[in-house]
Amino acid sequence: MITFRMNGLEVKVEEGSTLLDAARFYGLEIPTLCYNEGLTPYGGCRLCVVEIGEGLRTKLVSSCTYPAEEGLVVRTDTTRVWAARRMMIELMLAMAPGSKVLQDMASRFNVTRVRFPLRNDECILCGLCTRICAEQMDAQAIGFQERGHKRKISTPFDMRSETCRLCGACMYICPACQLRCQGPNAETAICNGCLTMEPTCLEHYDDLQCWMYDAGRCGTCVREKT
Amino acid sequence: MKHYRAHLLVCAGTGCVSCGSFKIKEALEKEVKKRDLQDQVQVVATGCNGFCERGPIVLVQPDGIFYQLLKVEDVPLLVEEHLLKGRPVKKLMYVPPAEKQPVPKMKDIEFFKHQRLIVLRNRGRIDPEKIEEYIAFDGYEAMAKALSEMTPEGIIDEILFSGLRGRGGAGFPTGKKWAACAKEKRAPKYLICNGDEGDPGAFMDRSVLEADPHAVLEGMVIGAKAIGASKGFIYIRHEYPLALKRVEIAIGQARENGLLGEDILGTGFDFDLEIVQGAGAFVSGEETALIASVEGQIAMPQQRPPYPAQKGLWGKPTVINNVETWATVPNIIRRGADWFQGLGTETSKGTKIFSLVGKINNTGLVEVPMGITLREIVYGIGGGIPDNREFKAVQIGGPSGGCLPAKLLDLPIDYESLTAAGAMMGSGGMIVMDDKTCMVDIAKYFLNFLQDESCGKCVSCREGTQRMYEIVKDITEGKGKESDLALLEELAQITKDASLCGLGQTAGNPILTTLRYFRHEFEAHILDKRCPAGVCTKLIRYVVLAEKCTGCLSCKKACPTEAITGTLKEVHSIIQTKCIKCGACREACRFEAIDQQREEAIQII
Repeated sequence: MITFRMNGLEVKVEEGSTLLDAARFYGLEIPTLCYNEGLTPYGGCRLCVVEIGEGLRTKLVSSCTYPAEEGLVVRTDTTRVWAARRMMIELMLAMAPGSKVLQDMASRFNVTRVRFPLRNDECILCGLCTRICAEQMDAQAIGFQERGHKRKISTPFDMRSETCRLCGACMYICPACQLRCQGPNAETAICNGCLTMEPTCLEHYDDLQCWMYDAGRCGTCVREKT
Repeated sequence: MKHYRAHLLVCAGTGCVSCGSFKIKEALEKEVKKRDLQDQVQVVATGCNGFCERGPIVLVQPDGIFYQLLKVEDVPLLVEEHLLKGRPVKKLMYVPPAEKQPVPKMKDIEFFKHQRLIVLRNRGRIDPEKIEEYIAFDGYEAMAKALSEMTPEGIIDEILFSGLRGRGGAGFPTGKKWAACAKEKRAPKYLICNGDEGDPGAFMDRSVLEADPHAVLEGMVIGAKAIGASKGFIYIRHEYPLALKRVEIAIGQARENGLLGEDILGTGFDFDLEIVQGAGAFVSGEETALIASVEGQIAMPQQRPPYPAQKGLWGKPTVINNVETWATVPNIIRRGADWFQGLGTETSKGTKIFSLVGKINNTGLVEVPMGITLREIVYGIGGGIPDNREFKAVQIGGPSGGCLPAKLLDLPIDYESLTAAGAMMGSGGMIVMDDKTCMVDIAKYFLNFLQDESCGKCVSCREGTQRMYEIVKDITEGKGKESDLALLEELAQITKDASLCGLGQTAGNPILTTLRYFRHEFEAHILDKRCPAGVCTKLIRYVVLAEKCTGCLSCKKACPTEAITGTLKEVHSIIQTKCIKCGACREACRFEAIDQQREEAIQII
């Protein structure tokens, strides 16, 4: 067992656990996007960053890839962590403003503006699709191409892949192709419908109809409070 | 061994080769033969001398006379005068800028005088393609000592005590890295030499590999003994054909002489080397990305820990060091850690190679002791700025380094002080800029480089560099907003904070340092829509000053887009819609009749 400190608590986890595993085990919430329990951690979205170290020599690391180390000091919600998370959300929203997952995330972290021109790529290059294709479907039909600003996900040579079985796993797991809810601001860069939540379904039903998260979290059924 | 009365050492580094030094060598050999001197004079092709500005270079030994900017036509004169009549040829010697008297001897030239050669000790002295010449200058002595007299722990202690720090940029203590790897029990272990030098304007590793490949090999065998590795890889960029060729020759010669392979020098120690070629990705210089590249994967950095020393190439313990670091190792073992300790500053020991480029008189490669000031490099060794222009900034540490202004010229160069100033040691690129350089344009250039070369894994780095580039590009085109500077600063800081590898963690530096030291230039672009250096083409226009124009037509001839109208002895004018603002007319005009003005079309909002 490895013992270290997380948000002031002494925590114990098995060797080989990541900081994210540890946080989840102890019920500390860390947002993730490119992480999925069934796939190898990638560490690309940088939403799960946490601050490690003490004093002046602290740094941010992605908790989904960083292994738990004996005696480590971890803080999951510092000013620096939140500033980074909010900027990541803003950057990703500018790439794919149509994504429900990102819009919900924006409301959760109180990101209320996008200061960059929208690109509408509808892909945030999180690599979930390439990993599920390779690791769970054993197909490797899609992968990353190029680097830097030219990076994209495609089939080899941009041709129809012979190994693709059209299983749809890539679409199932994609956080960006999930359409955003038809909230009050469906066309704008940022919806923020969930910032001031008031369930709309209660006007029609006696019970809350939300099934995705706890009440009102998903934003499907809320409208802006006036 | 045959003795010659004189040696003609022709520089055959990439710089001189591209200026035609192989042709000079051929001409020299022919001329020497013609004069029947071939038994008295030997012509040798050496590695880079460093004074690339003056290539092709020939050094005549034992006199130490330095000839520069040679042409094939000069060769007969040189051979006849110097070698037959014993009269060094003055007109082929180096004349310092603003002086009239030539400096005949290499050791008296300012450029060479202040350097301290350790890693580059064999440059311009031996033929890098002959192992005998390397051995003649104490080559492989350190290796023999390490293999036969020293224990692995002894070697690591020596390196630790010497205070050697990685020359690739971050400055991690080499001894610590080795000790961590030596501690691992698993086998096999691997060694890698990182020769993926990708910084614009940097050519240190290239020169070391070209001038003294055996020094790198020797360093690696010593490292292999220290950590118990049996196999090593030298990763060289595909863009360095000459370095590749020379390392290949060196490995072959070392094997033939029993200095590589099985049972090295009869000590029972086995170690062999293999060359791996890179394919031109800057990010491959990051150690985990480089390991992925050697394995045949996409060069994409991985999380550390686990460090390569624990889990590196194919999951095995691996030590990866930069070319310059490996080439330093034999010197430390041969001359002792105490000697190395005595060089440099408190925290940074030894010497560092810098490639000195940009607006500087003596472009080239220099090796200086740590702790030397920027002023000594720029004005002492570098000979100052051409045309006596004003020094504006020096960019240190490659694209992710920073721009330091004139007020920091007296900053001593070591790892800590450079980092504190917002730059970094990096691999040692040094780009000097004068007052005609626009710092916003420079920031744009480096951000463009980074957005191209980021591997694209982290959102912070991939999107961060792209967005910073877009904002800075808008600023240079007069579309900047006042709020842009705060956003740039925030974005740069978070890109540094949140990214995984060294590329992203330093990608904010070009913006942060230019904003820190040259904020007024950004403000001029944003608020006044003006480029103080007159570089950003969208913000300037060229006009003909009617009172000065003599109608000589020279600007018209220089214009590549035929944007200038007018006939002989008539005042010319520039058609703004055709003008691409290249500035050729301004340079062609002898009467200073072409003026650069602020582009009126841009409205101040």
